Amino acid sequence: MAVRTAHIASSVGLHARPAGLFVALASEASQAGLKVTIGRPGEEAVNAASILSVLGLGIGHGEVVEVGVEGDASTDTESVLDQLVAELSIDRDAEGS
Amino acid sequence: MTTVVGALHGVAASPGFVVGRAVAWRPGQTVAVEAARDVDDASARVVADLRFRAAAATSAEATAVLEALAMFAADPELIAAARARVAAGEQPSAAVRAAAGQYAEQLRGLGGYLAERAPDVEDVGERLADCLAGRAPAVLPEPGHPYVLVARDLAPADTALLDPATVLAIVTEQGGPTSHTTILARALGIPAVVACVGASDRLDGIDVLVDGSQGEVHPAPSAALVEEIGRREGRAAERGARIHGPGATADGVAVKILANVGTLEQARSTAATDVEGIGLFRTELLFLDRTEEPELDEQVAAYAEVLGAFGDRRVVFRTLDAGSDKPVPFLGLGSEENPALGVRGLRTAVLRPEVLDRQLTAFAEAARLTGTEPWVMAPMVSTPVEAERFGARARAAGLRQVGVMIEVPSAALRAGQILKDLDFASIGTNDLAQYALAADRQLGDVAALLDPWQPALLDLVALTCAGAAGRGRPTGVCGEAAADPRLAAVLVGLGVRSLSMSARAVADVRGLLAEVDLGTCLRAAELARAASGPDEARAAVQPLLG
Repeated sequence: MAVRTAHIASSVGLHARPAGLFVALASEASQAGLKVTIGRPGEEAVNAASILSVLGLGIGHGEVVEVGVEGDASTDTESVLDQLVAELSIDRDAEGS
Repeated sequence: MTTVVGALHGVAASPGFVVGRAVAWRPGQTVAVEAARDVDDASARVVADLRFRAAAATSAEATAVLEALAMFAADPELIAAARARVAAGEQPSAAVRAAAGQYAEQLRGLGGYLAERAPDVEDVGERLADCLAGRAPAVLPEPGHPYVLVARDLAPADTALLDPATVLAIVTEQGGPTSHTTILARALGIPAVVACVGASDRLDGIDVLVDGSQGEVHPAPSAALVEEIGRREGRAAERGARIHGPGATADGVAVKILANVGTLEQARSTAATDVEGIGLFRTELLFLDRTEEPELDEQVAAYAEVLGAFGDRRVVFRTLDAGSDKPVPFLGLGSEENPALGVRGLRTAVLRPEVLDRQLTAFAEAARLTGTEPWVMAPMVSTPVEAERFGARARAAGLRQVGVMIEVPSAALRAGQILKDLDFASIGTNDLAQYALAADRQLGDVAALLDPWQPALLDLVALTCAGAAGRGRPTGVCGEAAADPRLAAVLVGLGVRSLSMSARAVADVRGLLAEVDLGTCLRAAELARAASGPDEARAAVQPLLG
């Protein structure tokens, strides 16, 4: 599994719209047969295509997370990771609480 | 004024008025359809239904809610958990409900925004369960003509497809000033009255006039009544559009017009409007549903954001107003038989003083960071001793504008003593009415006693203002009373010099005050207090205030 770290740029953390957008991307990858995970470094990672699992991590602004992608030999895991990490690095002005 | 017989009273949830045929909806009646084959099939059907509704929804807010619900219904881990339960022998309907329930509980434990999603997750569990049991989700009535929707209560997904061209107004028996129905109706720009007891039984099938500005529903309205209310609404709209800037009476007596705000999003959007500041910032947003107390940094960031948005304009923070009826798990408040009369508001500081101290420190730090001077007040203050203790702690934390909410009758009676070493008082008319008239705010059956025009309530306002004035301190009102333009003029006549209300009421209140001089306000206050009840009080001031 290819893993990369990312900082959560969203000011509300990985909730609401930012979570939705990230999970939507991960779902696409998942439907293409890839396994995508997200988690805090050193902790058990969760299925990144599961919005409930991602929200359940309660990840806040500025936190560091690890994103993992696994596919078969033909998968360009680095490019998928690029997209996922890029999504987490955008500070979209999401709704407040 | 035309005498009105048989009008139903509720809470004014969304302004405006309309006449239409009322249709009572009882959403428990679902349609029987072919049951889903299994959990995966149910998920696919529910997702399709929700996505269809999201695409067809009539407000951006509804679309967002429905798309989030669709995402939950499609969640692969939720479906896997439900499937595992079925494999272990559970009934499919029970399995999806239980799986959803577990995720909901997890979110609740995280507090804040995440906890607010918990009921949505449960709602998805219900939809999946219905699908497996062969029940289709209920849809709004389609009588073939535009109508007034009347119901006991309405849930977000029920109203997502609500088309303002078809549903002219909403009347519900439950709900309050901040319930979902209220928010949606305002977003769609249709009148709404909530907490209107008896609406479903009494209004079904007849023509009604829904007065969302006053919170009244008139069955079988006469032409004269329709014309009168139309004129009133027209004048209010015209007046609201004309007057801008700082609030004042016609003869130049300043009355600050402020907004009641409860979220960071609201603070940002309100800051961009023509308002003189925030008269009540409810800090509970950071504390509700939390299993752990929010860290100092998190609080400082939130308060600083609000202060930064308002710059030089006044911002009044209210310290944590928790009680056993509000979900603040980390405070460890036990369950109480009478939460309204229990350990709530400032009283929680006796159990957990460090929570209050941390909050006061956070206000002071946020003030320092933004170079502003916030006003800070405590809720549920009942005695001068409590007020003095609060004042001492707030000043020790470095705060300079320290006040209290007056919402307990004992505090209104002793306002002068309470304000001895404090800077301001802010009257919470909603709770003050509850305690003074001994009527539960949650109970539609006693709603008439909570009418802010109750002369006894006005007496307490007058007493508070007099006590405060004796110490040279200003009194404001931050309850629902401030949002009623004519009542606002009465409050000014009683001595109130700042009014804080929901943002939508600002223009109308400012507009009416600009048309009356202080003498008229004083006279109106006298007449209102002399009345024997709220309807008589309204009628008495009508000729003076229009």
